[in-house]
Amino acid sequence: MISIKNIHKSYVMGQNSLHVLKGIDLDIEQGEMISIMGASGSGKSTLLNILGILDNYDEGEYNLNGTKIKKLNERKAAQMRNRMLGFVFQSFNLVSFKNAMENVALPLYYQNVPRKKRNAIAMEYLERMGLKEWAHHLPNELSGGQKQRVAIARALITNPKVILADEPTGALDSVTSLEVIDLLHEINKTGITVIIVTHELDIAQRTRRTVRITDGMITEIIIN
Amino acid sequence: MFDLDRWQEIFHVLKKNKLRTFLTAFGVFWGIFMLVIMLGSGNGLENGVTQNFGDMATNSVFLWPQQTSISYKGFPRGRRFNFDDEDTKAFRKSIPEIKYLAPRLQAGGFMQANNVVRGKKTGVFSLMGDYPEFNLIDPLNLQKGRFINDIDIKDKRKVVVIGSRAKDILFTKDEDPINQYIKIQGIYFQVIGQFISKRNGENAEQENQTIYMPFTTMQRTFNYGNAVGFYSVTSRDNIPVSVVEDKAIRLLKKQHSVSPVDETAIGHFNLEKEFDQMQGLFGGIRGLVWLVGIGTLLAGIIGVSNIMLVVVRERTKEIGIQRALGASPWNVISGIITESVVLTTFAGYTGLVIGVGLLEMINYLLVKSGAKTEMFLHPGINFNVAVMALTILIISGAFAGFIPAKRAVSIKPIDALRFE
Repeated sequence: MISIKNIHKSYVMGQNSLHVLKGIDLDIEQGEMISIMGASGSGKSTLLNILGILDNYDEGEYNLNGTKIKKLNERKAAQMRNRMLGFVFQSFNLVSFKNAMENVALPLYYQNVPRKKRNAIAMEYLERMGLKEWAHHLPNELSGGQKQRVAIARALITNPKVILADEPTGALDSVTSLEVIDLLHEINKTGITVIIVTHELDIAQRTRRTVRITDGMITEIIIN
Repeated sequence: MFDLDRWQEIFHVLKKNKLRTFLTAFGVFWGIFMLVIMLGSGNGLENGVTQNFGDMATNSVFLWPQQTSISYKGFPRGRRFNFDDEDTKAFRKSIPEIKYLAPRLQAGGFMQANNVVRGKKTGVFSLMGDYPEFNLIDPLNLQKGRFINDIDIKDKRKVVVIGSRAKDILFTKDEDPINQYIKIQGIYFQVIGQFISKRNGENAEQENQTIYMPFTTMQRTFNYGNAVGFYSVTSRDNIPVSVVEDKAIRLLKKQHSVSPVDETAIGHFNLEKEFDQMQGLFGGIRGLVWLVGIGTLLAGIIGVSNIMLVVVRERTKEIGIQRALGASPWNVISGIITESVVLTTFAGYTGLVIGVGLLEMINYLLVKSGAKTEMFLHPGINFNVAVMALTILIISGAFAGFIPAKRAVSIKPIDALRFE
């Protein structure tokens, strides 16, 4: 599903260059649930951004579902993100002036799905998340857990191949965190690849594989 | 384009900071408003001034005798002389560039004793002896009847065409003056037509107090011999009237033994020159109005562009989210441009409507109050100009949005997402 070989990435700031990823090799199979662990500044988020085609890389090779991802133009990249990937962020990143249903339906808007149809699909996903009654509430009327479930519904609505979750439980209390992880497990059971970036060990241990990154290199792969 | 989500986004952004939206819109509103008001007033000025020309042929020149200033061929300086029928014949014979030639005699009028009587009613009026051609050079607005014709000239008929003021003074309100008789300096004339002036202000008042009769009748009846008081001449199409003017003056000087270098002996007025100068002036005013108007508008547009830059910066994170979810650069760019176009078009259209409304109101008040000004008439802008202004607005709105939109997509999605 995902195959990266010898990925390098540096951030250039004026005269200084910061070498963040120093040759990462990783293969992730379809339907796998994997966690990426590391201290802050280790490069784990950078790796996730490259996997999510939100950022580009300097060297190496990245294949996503048989497509070579290298220097795509922004239009193509947007299309790939829309069709193949779903994002779950630590800070939820819901659009503040759209209600829960409209937020969930947003990815379909970019596929030119008619409004009625995409709202109906969004309602289905919200129902699966147990948030049907909250469909017409704005994000600031929802709790953290509810917001994250809306975000997950939004990530799922395009039937992506891969869900990329960047510290999905970072802003949640422990009980809600468990609920969210359970949800991600359920999603994984339907055949969708789930990649979670986290620095919490107990979250990482609940995935099948944990990749530990230190200073831009994979130092350890643990099968849980 | 016409998707509810897009409009929701646009109105959310515009509503979020109402004062800012209002101030931005006001810049564009004011630009268009000023442009409309200035163009409209310019047109009003132009209409007012050009109406004083009536429907007069602009390629005309007028000639009248004055005093000589140089002694010549044994004649002393300071001599007075008259044009006469021989000049008319000479004109017809030797100046082929002439299209219409209208000799005229003039008598009576302002500050003189009553010269026209009908029953117990009397009045002072200007008397003009004219040829039918005069009505082609400076057409009268005939309310009733007809103007003098060639048979009137040939038979020296005692007929007159009277101005509306003369009708009001000599006749009662519901009386039809046509075929009635009036006594001018002791001689009866039959009224064959009635007219009202096309000009405004004092000029109109004067013209409405005029009575026209056939030139030949006037010569004969009031003992002018073969004298001609005044010539109105127009040139053939595509020939500048100054050609005719020069030839006519040279001819008249020869006919009346006036020195060829005498500048004052023959009075002349070239309407074409005057008209061209006026046109040049109005052209200048219009150019200036557009320059200032477009400048003001540009300032408004730059304001919109600036605000859009701020908006884009404020929304960086949101745009980042949208791009992560699959919004293409075009989705983002078109959204921002639409927003900018909506803002400018709405503000500009409001300015256009209020500007035109104000002009219409001024026009209405001018007409209603009956104020006869010589300088201002029917302010307004024509439809094409309005459409053009709107087109400029929409295009410049798109340009105003383009730079901020470019800026929005030039940021990498991940940087946009991290933006706080």
